[in-house]
Amino acid sequence: MKVILPFFLVIAIVFFIYGGIKFYDAHIILGIIIPYVCFAVAIVGFVARVIKWAISPVPFNITTVCGQQKSLPFIRHSFIESPASRTGVFIRMLFETLFFRSLSRNDRAELYGNERRLIYGRDRYLWLASILFHWSLLIIVLRHLRFFLEPVPHWILFLQDLDSLFQSHLTPFYISNVLISMGILYLFFRRFKKRNYYISLPSDYFILFLIGGIIISGILLRHIYRADLYSVKVFLYGLIYLNPVPFGGFGVMFYIHFCLICILLAYLPYSKLMHMAGVFLSPTRNIRNDSRARRHINPWNYPVKVHSYEEWEKEFKDALKEAGIPQEGGNG
Amino acid sequence: MIKILISLILFLMVVFLPVGYNVYTGKTAYIPVLQPPEQRGECVENVMFMRKKHSLLLEKWRDAYVRDGIKRYVSINGIYKISLTGTCLECHSNKTQFCDRCHDYLGVKPRCWSCHNIPEKVAKK
Repeated sequence: MKVILPFFLVIAIVFFIYGGIKFYDAHIILGIIIPYVCFAVAIVGFVARVIKWAISPVPFNITTVCGQQKSLPFIRHSFIESPASRTGVFIRMLFETLFFRSLSRNDRAELYGNERRLIYGRDRYLWLASILFHWSLLIIVLRHLRFFLEPVPHWILFLQDLDSLFQSHLTPFYISNVLISMGILYLFFRRFKKRNYYISLPSDYFILFLIGGIIISGILLRHIYRADLYSVKVFLYGLIYLNPVPFGGFGVMFYIHFCLICILLAYLPYSKLMHMAGVFLSPTRNIRNDSRARRHINPWNYPVKVHSYEEWEKEFKDALKEAGIPQEGGNG
Repeated sequence: MIKILISLILFLMVVFLPVGYNVYTGKTAYIPVLQPPEQRGECVENVMFMRKKHSLLLEKWRDAYVRDGIKRYVSINGIYKISLTGTCLECHSNKTQFCDRCHDYLGVKPRCWSCHNIPEKVAKK
Protein backbone atom coordinates (compact mmCIF):
# COMPACT_ATOMS: atom_id res chain seq x y z
CA MET A 1 0.00 0.00 0.00
CA LYS A 2 2.71 2.47 0.90
CA VAL A 3 4.37 1.74 -2.44
CA ILE A 4 1.25 1.65 -4.61
CA LEU A 5 -0.20 4.90 -3.31
CA PRO A 6 2.79 7.15 -4.18
CA PHE A 7 3.23 5.28 -7.46
CA PHE A 8 -0.28 6.11 -8.55
CA LEU A 9 0.10 9.64 -7.24
CA VAL A 10 3.01 10.21 -9.64
CA ILE A 11 1.12 8.45 -12.45
CA ALA A 12 -1.88 10.68 -11.73
CA ILE A 13 0.31 13.79 -11.89
CA VAL A 14 1.72 12.65 -15.24
CA PHE A 15 -1.77 11.98 -16.61
CA PHE A 16 -2.92 15.34 -15.30
CA ILE A 17 -0.14 17.08 -17.22
CA TYR A 18 -0.74 14.93 -20.29
CA GLY A 19 -4.48 15.59 -20.29
CA GLY A 20 -3.99 19.26 -19.59
CA ILE A 21 -1.84 19.68 -22.66
CA LYS A 22 -3.61 17.25 -24.98
CA PHE A 23 -7.21 18.16 -24.32
CA TYR A 24 -7.28 21.57 -22.66
CA ASP A 25 -4.20 23.32 -24.04
CA ALA A 26 -3.38 24.39 -20.50
CA HIS A 27 -0.15 26.07 -21.56
CA ILE A 28 -0.71 29.08 -19.31
CA ILE A 29 -1.25 26.98 -16.20
CA LEU A 30 1.41 24.34 -16.81
CA GLY A 31 3.93 26.57 -18.56
CA ILE A 32 3.71 29.79 -16.58
CA ILE A 33 1.70 29.55 -13.36
CA ILE A 34 3.00 26.20 -12.11
CA PRO A 35 6.71 27.02 -12.57
CA TYR A 36 6.44 30.42 -10.90
CA VAL A 37 4.32 29.16 -8.01
CA CYS A 38 6.52 26.10 -7.49
CA PHE A 39 9.72 28.11 -7.62
CA ALA A 40 8.35 30.65 -5.14
CA VAL A 41 7.23 27.86 -2.79
CA ALA A 42 10.64 26.21 -3.12
CA ILE A 43 12.65 29.34 -2.33
CA VAL A 44 10.42 30.61 0.49
CA GLY A 45 10.05 27.14 1.98
CA PHE A 46 13.77 26.49 1.78
CA VAL A 47 14.69 29.75 3.49
CA ALA A 48 11.99 29.28 6.15
CA ARG A 49 13.16 25.76 6.88
CA VAL A 50 16.82 26.74 7.20
CA ILE A 51 15.98 29.71 9.43
CA LYS A 52 13.85 27.45 11.60
CA TRP A 53 16.83 25.14 11.98
CA ALA A 54 19.17 28.06 12.56
CA ILE A 55 17.22 29.35 15.56
CA SER A 56 16.84 25.89 17.10
CA PRO A 57 19.11 25.55 20.13
CA VAL A 58 21.66 22.75 20.35
CA PRO A 59 21.44 21.53 23.94
CA PHE A 60 24.32 19.07 23.92
CA ASN A 61 27.67 18.54 22.34
CA ILE A 62 26.49 15.49 20.39
CA THR A 63 29.23 15.13 17.85
CA THR A 64 29.65 11.54 16.72
CA VAL A 65 33.21 10.36 16.57
CA CYS A 66 35.09 7.46 15.09
CA GLY A 67 38.49 8.20 16.52
CA GLN A 68 40.56 9.21 19.50
CA GLN A 69 39.51 12.48 21.06
CA LYS A 70 42.08 15.16 21.63
CA SER A 71 43.31 14.96 25.19
CA LEU A 72 46.87 14.71 26.47
CA PRO A 73 49.67 15.90 24.20
CA PHE A 74 51.36 12.48 23.94
CA ILE A 75 48.18 10.71 22.82
CA ARG A 76 47.76 11.08 19.08
CA HIS A 77 44.23 12.16 18.33
CA SER A 78 42.29 11.62 15.17
CA PHE A 79 42.19 14.96 13.42
CA ILE A 80 39.25 14.41 11.04
CA GLU A 81 37.32 11.62 12.69
CA SER A 82 37.21 13.36 16.03
CA PRO A 83 37.94 16.97 15.19
CA ALA A 84 38.82 19.31 17.99
CA SER A 85 39.43 22.33 15.77
CA ARG A 86 37.35 24.23 13.24
CA THR A 87 39.70 23.10 10.47
CA GLY A 88 39.06 19.50 11.40
CA VAL A 89 35.31 20.05 11.35
CA PHE A 90 35.60 21.76 7.99
CA ILE A 91 37.54 18.85 6.50
CA ARG A 92 35.11 16.35 7.98
CA MET A 93 32.20 18.28 6.50
CA LEU A 94 33.96 18.48 3.15
CA PHE A 95 34.42 14.71 3.05
CA GLU A 96 30.87 14.22 4.23
CA THR A 97 29.29 16.40 1.55
CA LEU A 98 31.55 15.42 -1.33
CA PHE A 99 32.22 11.74 -0.64
CA PHE A 100 29.53 10.69 1.88
CA ARG A 101 32.17 9.44 4.26
CA SER A 102 29.77 8.30 6.94
CA LEU A 103 27.86 6.17 4.41
CA SER A 104 31.09 4.48 3.45
CA ARG A 105 31.19 3.14 6.99
CA ASN A 106 27.84 1.46 6.64
CA ASP A 107 27.85 -1.97 8.26
CA ARG A 108 25.25 -4.68 8.28
CA ALA A 109 24.35 -7.09 11.04
CA GLU A 110 22.90 -10.46 10.17
CA LEU A 111 22.01 -13.76 11.79
CA TYR A 112 24.10 -16.17 9.77
CA GLY A 113 23.89 -19.86 9.07
CA ASN A 114 22.01 -22.61 10.88
CA GLU A 115 23.36 -21.62 14.26
CA ARG A 116 22.07 -18.09 13.55
CA ARG A 117 25.28 -16.50 14.64
CA LEU A 118 25.25 -12.71 14.69
CA ILE A 119 27.88 -11.44 12.27
CA TYR A 120 28.79 -7.99 11.05
CA GLY A 121 29.89 -7.22 7.54
CA ARG A 122 30.60 -4.32 5.29
CA ASP A 123 27.75 -2.89 3.26
CA ARG A 124 29.11 -0.41 0.78
CA TYR A 125 26.42 -0.63 -1.91
CA LEU A 126 24.39 2.20 -0.43
CA TRP A 127 27.47 4.40 -0.51
CA LEU A 128 28.22 3.44 -4.10
CA ALA A 129 24.65 4.04 -5.27
CA SER A 130 24.55 7.39 -3.46
CA ILE A 131 27.81 8.48 -5.05
CA LEU A 132 26.54 7.46 -8.49
CA PHE A 133 23.23 9.18 -7.97
CA HIS A 134 24.41 12.45 -6.47
CA TRP A 135 27.40 13.08 -8.68
CA SER A 136 25.40 12.24 -11.80
CA LEU A 137 22.70 14.57 -10.57
CA LEU A 138 25.25 17.36 -10.19
CA ILE A 139 26.56 16.80 -13.72
CA ILE A 140 23.03 16.68 -15.11
CA VAL A 141 22.02 19.90 -13.37
CA LEU A 142 25.15 21.62 -14.65
CA ARG A 143 24.49 20.34 -18.15
CA HIS A 144 20.99 21.78 -18.05
CA LEU A 145 22.50 25.22 -17.51
CA ARG A 146 22.91 25.39 -21.28
CA PHE A 147 19.20 26.22 -21.41
CA PHE A 148 19.68 29.17 -19.09
CA LEU A 149 23.02 30.69 -20.05
CA GLU A 150 23.86 32.65 -23.16
CA PRO A 151 26.51 32.27 -24.48
CA VAL A 152 26.91 28.71 -23.20
CA PRO A 153 30.15 28.65 -21.18
CA HIS A 154 32.97 26.48 -22.46
CA TRP A 155 33.17 24.38 -19.34
CA ILE A 156 29.58 23.22 -19.89
CA LEU A 157 30.47 22.23 -23.45
CA PHE A 158 33.48 20.41 -22.08
CA LEU A 159 31.34 18.64 -19.49
CA GLN A 160 28.92 17.68 -22.24
CA ASP A 161 31.71 16.29 -24.40
CA LEU A 162 33.05 14.30 -21.50
CA ASP A 163 29.60 13.01 -20.63
CA SER A 164 28.94 11.90 -24.20
CA LEU A 165 32.31 10.20 -24.48
CA PHE A 166 30.77 7.15 -26.11
CA GLN A 167 29.77 8.83 -29.33
CA SER A 168 27.02 6.33 -29.91
CA HIS A 169 24.66 8.35 -32.10
CA LEU A 170 24.46 11.78 -33.58
CA THR A 171 22.63 12.52 -30.34
CA PRO A 172 24.92 10.56 -28.04
CA PHE A 173 23.62 9.15 -24.80
CA TYR A 174 25.05 10.66 -21.65
CA ILE A 175 27.05 8.52 -19.27
CA SER A 176 25.57 10.39 -16.32
CA ASN A 177 22.06 9.36 -17.44
CA VAL A 178 23.04 5.71 -17.26
CA LEU A 179 24.79 6.09 -13.92
CA ILE A 180 21.95 8.01 -12.30
CA SER A 181 19.50 5.35 -13.47
CA MET A 182 21.66 2.64 -11.93
CA GLY A 183 21.93 4.65 -8.72
CA ILE A 184 18.24 5.28 -8.33
CA LEU A 185 17.36 1.69 -9.23
CA TYR A 186 19.50 0.50 -6.34
CA LEU A 187 18.07 3.14 -4.00
CA PHE A 188 14.61 2.01 -5.09
CA PHE A 189 15.09 -1.73 -4.70
CA ARG A 190 16.90 -1.21 -1.42
CA ARG A 191 13.60 0.00 -0.01
CA PHE A 192 12.09 -3.45 -0.64
CA LYS A 193 14.62 -5.31 1.44
CA LYS A 194 12.75 -6.68 4.40
CA ARG A 195 14.06 -4.46 7.13
CA ASN A 196 14.18 -1.35 4.97
CA TYR A 197 10.62 -1.92 3.79
CA TYR A 198 9.50 -2.00 7.40
CA ILE A 199 10.90 1.45 8.18
CA SER A 200 10.01 3.07 4.83
CA LEU A 201 7.27 5.63 4.49
CA PRO A 202 5.09 6.51 1.50
CA SER A 203 7.05 9.74 1.13
CA ASP A 204 10.25 7.73 0.65
CA TYR A 205 8.72 5.96 -2.31
CA PHE A 206 7.03 9.10 -3.61
CA ILE A 207 10.36 10.88 -4.00
CA LEU A 208 11.89 7.86 -5.71
CA PHE A 209 8.98 7.65 -8.15
CA LEU A 210 9.05 11.38 -8.77
CA ILE A 211 12.78 11.49 -9.46
CA GLY A 212 12.47 8.29 -11.48
CA GLY A 213 9.74 9.92 -13.54
CA ILE A 214 11.95 12.94 -14.15
CA ILE A 215 14.85 10.74 -15.25
CA ILE A 216 12.69 8.60 -17.55
CA SER A 217 10.94 11.59 -19.12
CA GLY A 218 14.30 13.34 -19.55
CA ILE A 219 15.84 10.37 -21.34
CA LEU A 220 12.73 9.94 -23.52
CA LEU A 221 12.80 13.66 -24.26
CA ARG A 222 16.36 13.43 -25.45
CA HIS A 223 16.19 10.26 -27.49
CA ILE A 224 12.61 9.55 -28.57
CA TYR A 225 9.95 12.21 -27.99
CA ARG A 226 12.04 15.15 -29.01
CA ALA A 227 11.24 18.73 -28.20
CA ASP A 228 12.29 21.68 -30.30
CA LEU A 229 15.19 22.80 -28.13
CA TYR A 230 15.30 26.21 -29.76
CA SER A 231 11.85 27.13 -28.47
CA VAL A 232 12.61 25.39 -25.17
CA LYS A 233 15.49 27.74 -24.54
CA VAL A 234 13.55 30.78 -25.70
CA PHE A 235 10.76 29.73 -23.35
CA LEU A 236 12.99 29.07 -20.32
CA TYR A 237 14.87 32.28 -21.01
CA GLY A 238 11.61 34.18 -20.99
CA LEU A 239 10.63 32.52 -17.73
CA ILE A 240 13.73 33.56 -15.81
CA TYR A 241 13.39 37.16 -16.99
CA LEU A 242 9.69 37.26 -16.03
CA ASN A 243 8.77 37.60 -19.67
CA PRO A 244 7.11 34.33 -20.70
CA VAL A 245 6.98 34.01 -24.46
CA PRO A 246 4.43 32.24 -26.68
CA PHE A 247 4.78 28.48 -26.78
CA GLY A 248 5.37 26.06 -29.54
CA GLY A 249 7.14 22.90 -30.45
CA PHE A 250 7.48 21.48 -26.97
CA GLY A 251 5.34 18.40 -27.09
CA VAL A 252 3.74 16.68 -24.14
CA MET A 253 6.93 14.98 -22.98
CA PHE A 254 8.59 18.33 -22.37
CA TYR A 255 5.70 19.43 -20.18
CA ILE A 256 5.82 16.17 -18.22
CA HIS A 257 9.56 16.56 -17.61
CA PHE A 258 9.27 20.25 -16.82
CA CYS A 259 6.24 20.08 -14.53
CA LEU A 260 7.56 17.07 -12.62
CA ILE A 261 10.70 19.08 -11.86
CA CYS A 262 8.55 22.02 -10.74
CA ILE A 263 6.61 19.73 -8.41
CA LEU A 264 9.83 18.26 -7.06
CA LEU A 265 11.12 21.79 -6.38
CA ALA A 266 7.92 22.78 -4.60
CA TYR A 267 7.99 19.60 -2.53
CA LEU A 268 11.69 19.93 -1.72
CA PRO A 269 11.46 22.14 1.41
CA TYR A 270 8.88 19.82 3.00
CA SER A 271 10.59 16.58 2.16
CA LYS A 272 13.63 14.69 3.30
CA LEU A 273 15.42 16.11 0.30
CA MET A 274 16.20 19.03 2.59
CA HIS A 275 19.23 16.97 3.58
CA MET A 276 20.96 19.12 0.97
CA ALA A 277 20.86 21.91 3.54
CA GLY A 278 20.45 19.72 6.59
CA VAL A 279 23.80 17.98 6.21
CA PHE A 280 25.55 21.26 6.99
CA LEU A 281 23.42 21.81 10.07
CA SER A 282 23.53 18.33 11.54
CA PRO A 283 24.96 18.63 15.05
CA THR A 284 26.62 15.24 14.86
CA ARG A 285 28.77 16.53 12.00
CA ASN A 286 29.35 20.22 12.57
CA ILE A 287 30.25 20.37 16.26
CA ARG A 288 33.84 20.20 17.43
CA ASN A 289 34.54 17.24 19.67
CA ASP A 290 36.13 19.28 22.44
CA SER A 291 33.74 18.50 25.24
CA ARG A 292 36.67 17.82 27.59
CA ALA A 293 38.40 21.09 26.82
CA ARG A 294 35.41 23.40 26.66
CA ARG A 295 32.09 23.20 28.42
CA HIS A 296 29.11 23.23 26.11
CA ILE A 297 26.47 25.42 27.72
CA ASN A 298 22.91 24.42 27.02
CA PRO A 299 21.34 27.56 25.56
CA TRP A 300 18.10 27.08 27.43
CA ASN A 301 19.78 26.70 30.80
CA TYR A 302 18.40 29.17 33.31
CA PRO A 303 19.56 29.81 36.91
CA VAL A 304 18.00 26.97 38.90
CA LYS A 305 17.06 27.73 42.51
CA VAL A 306 18.77 25.04 44.56
CA HIS A 307 18.59 24.12 48.17
CA SER A 308 21.94 22.60 49.09
CA TYR A 309 22.53 20.07 51.84
CA GLU A 310 24.46 22.59 53.89
CA GLU A 311 21.52 24.96 53.80
CA TRP A 312 19.09 22.16 54.65
CA GLU A 313 21.25 21.07 57.57
CA LYS A 314 21.44 24.60 58.86
CA GLU A 315 17.67 24.92 58.59
CA PHE A 316 16.94 21.79 60.64
CA LYS A 317 19.97 22.06 62.89
CA ASP A 318 18.01 21.89 66.14
CA ALA A 319 15.72 19.10 65.07
CA LEU A 320 18.67 16.99 63.89
CA LYS A 321 20.49 17.59 67.16
CA GLU A 322 17.46 16.63 69.15
CA ALA A 323 17.07 13.38 67.23
CA GLY A 324 20.77 12.63 67.69
CA ILE A 325 21.57 12.48 64.00
CA PRO A 326 25.21 13.28 63.26
CA GLN A 327 25.76 16.38 61.20
CA GLU A 328 28.30 17.20 58.50
CA GLY A 329 29.14 20.52 60.09
CA GLY A 330 29.71 18.79 63.43
CA ASN A 331 27.24 18.56 66.27
CA GLY A 332 28.35 21.80 67.74
CA MET B 1 23.39 31.97 13.32
CA ILE B 2 25.23 34.63 11.32
CA LYS B 3 27.22 31.94 9.54
CA ILE B 4 24.04 30.12 8.58
CA LEU B 5 22.46 33.30 7.24
CA ILE B 6 25.55 34.09 5.17
CA SER B 7 25.56 30.56 3.78
CA LEU B 8 21.87 30.86 2.96
CA ILE B 9 22.44 34.11 1.09
CA LEU B 10 25.37 32.54 -0.77
CA PHE B 11 23.15 29.59 -1.71
CA LEU B 12 20.44 31.89 -3.04
CA MET B 13 23.07 33.81 -5.00
CA VAL B 14 24.19 30.55 -6.63
CA VAL B 15 20.57 29.72 -7.45
CA PHE B 16 20.09 33.08 -9.15
CA LEU B 17 23.53 33.05 -10.76
CA PRO B 18 22.23 32.23 -14.29
CA VAL B 19 20.04 35.34 -14.18
CA GLY B 20 23.05 37.45 -13.32
CA TYR B 21 25.29 35.74 -15.84
CA ASN B 22 23.10 36.73 -18.77
CA VAL B 23 22.83 40.28 -17.50
CA TYR B 24 26.64 40.32 -17.30
CA THR B 25 27.02 39.06 -20.88
CA GLY B 26 24.31 41.47 -21.97
CA LYS B 27 22.21 38.85 -23.69
CA THR B 28 19.08 38.80 -21.59
CA ALA B 29 16.81 39.17 -24.61
CA TYR B 30 18.86 37.26 -27.17
CA ILE B 31 16.94 35.06 -29.56
CA PRO B 32 18.86 33.72 -32.54
CA VAL B 33 17.40 34.57 -35.93
CA LEU B 34 17.88 32.06 -38.72
CA GLN B 35 18.65 32.89 -42.29
CA PRO B 36 15.90 31.04 -44.16
CA PRO B 37 16.82 29.58 -47.53
CA GLU B 38 15.68 31.60 -50.51
CA GLN B 39 15.07 28.97 -53.15
CA ARG B 40 12.27 26.66 -52.09
CA GLY B 41 9.21 26.43 -49.89
CA GLU B 42 9.42 23.50 -47.55
CA CYS B 43 12.30 21.34 -46.43
CA VAL B 44 12.60 17.58 -46.86
CA GLU B 45 9.99 17.10 -44.17
CA ASN B 46 7.75 19.69 -42.52
CA VAL B 47 9.25 22.44 -40.39
CA MET B 48 8.29 21.01 -37.00
CA PHE B 49 9.74 17.62 -37.90
CA MET B 50 12.96 19.21 -39.09
CA ARG B 51 13.25 21.34 -35.98
CA LYS B 52 12.89 18.38 -33.65
CA LYS B 53 14.39 15.50 -35.56
CA HIS B 54 16.76 16.73 -38.27
CA SER B 55 19.62 14.98 -36.49
CA LEU B 56 17.73 11.68 -36.51
CA LEU B 57 16.99 12.17 -40.22
CA LEU B 58 20.61 12.89 -41.01
CA GLU B 59 21.69 9.85 -39.07
CA LYS B 60 19.16 7.74 -40.94
CA TRP B 61 20.48 9.16 -44.20
CA ARG B 62 24.04 8.35 -43.23
CA ASP B 63 23.21 4.75 -42.41
CA ALA B 64 21.04 4.37 -45.50
CA TYR B 65 23.69 5.74 -47.85
CA VAL B 66 26.88 4.42 -46.31
CA ARG B 67 25.73 1.04 -45.08
CA ASP B 68 22.80 0.09 -47.30
CA GLY B 69 23.62 2.00 -50.47
CA ILE B 70 20.22 3.65 -50.66
CA LYS B 71 20.57 6.94 -52.50
CA ARG B 72 17.02 8.29 -52.56
CA TYR B 73 14.80 9.47 -49.72
CA VAL B 74 11.06 9.65 -50.27
CA SER B 75 8.96 11.99 -48.17
CA ILE B 76 5.59 13.71 -48.58
CA ASN B 77 7.35 16.67 -50.14
CA GLY B 78 9.07 14.69 -52.87
CA ILE B 79 12.03 12.49 -53.65
CA TYR B 80 15.42 13.68 -52.47
CA LYS B 81 18.97 12.69 -53.12
CA ILE B 82 20.57 11.53 -49.89
CA SER B 83 23.42 14.00 -49.45
CA LEU B 84 24.30 16.49 -46.76
CA THR B 85 26.40 18.69 -49.01
CA GLY B 86 24.31 18.14 -52.15
CA THR B 87 20.79 18.40 -50.74
CA CYS B 88 20.81 20.13 -47.35
CA LEU B 89 23.54 22.64 -47.98
CA GLU B 90 22.17 23.46 -51.40
CA CYS B 91 19.35 25.44 -49.79
CA HIS B 92 20.88 26.12 -46.38
CA SER B 93 24.05 27.30 -48.00
CA ASN B 94 25.29 29.44 -45.16
CA LYS B 95 26.38 27.22 -42.27
CA THR B 96 27.29 30.05 -39.90
CA GLN B 97 23.96 31.76 -40.36
CA PHE B 98 21.86 28.63 -40.29
CA CYS B 99 23.30 25.55 -38.60
CA ASP B 100 25.58 27.30 -36.16
CA ARG B 101 23.04 29.82 -34.90
CA CYS B 102 20.95 27.24 -33.06
CA HIS B 103 23.78 24.86 -32.30
CA ASP B 104 25.77 27.61 -30.60
CA TYR B 105 22.66 28.86 -28.84
CA LEU B 106 22.06 25.44 -27.32
CA GLY B 107 25.64 24.32 -26.92
CA VAL B 108 25.30 21.50 -29.43
CA LYS B 109 28.42 20.36 -31.22
CA PRO B 110 27.36 18.02 -34.05
CA ARG B 111 30.01 15.75 -35.48
CA CYS B 112 28.91 16.24 -39.11
CA TRP B 113 31.79 18.51 -39.92
CA SER B 114 34.53 16.23 -38.75
CA CYS B 115 34.08 14.43 -42.12
CA HIS B 116 32.00 16.74 -44.31
CA ASN B 117 33.24 19.84 -46.04
CA ILE B 118 31.92 23.24 -45.28
CA PRO B 119 31.39 24.57 -48.84
CA GLU B 120 32.29 28.20 -48.07
CA LYS B 121 35.58 27.25 -46.49
CA VAL B 122 36.51 25.03 -49.42
CA ALA B 123 35.57 27.76 -51.88
CA LYS B 124 37.78 30.31 -50.08
CA LYS B 125 40.82 28.11 -50.41
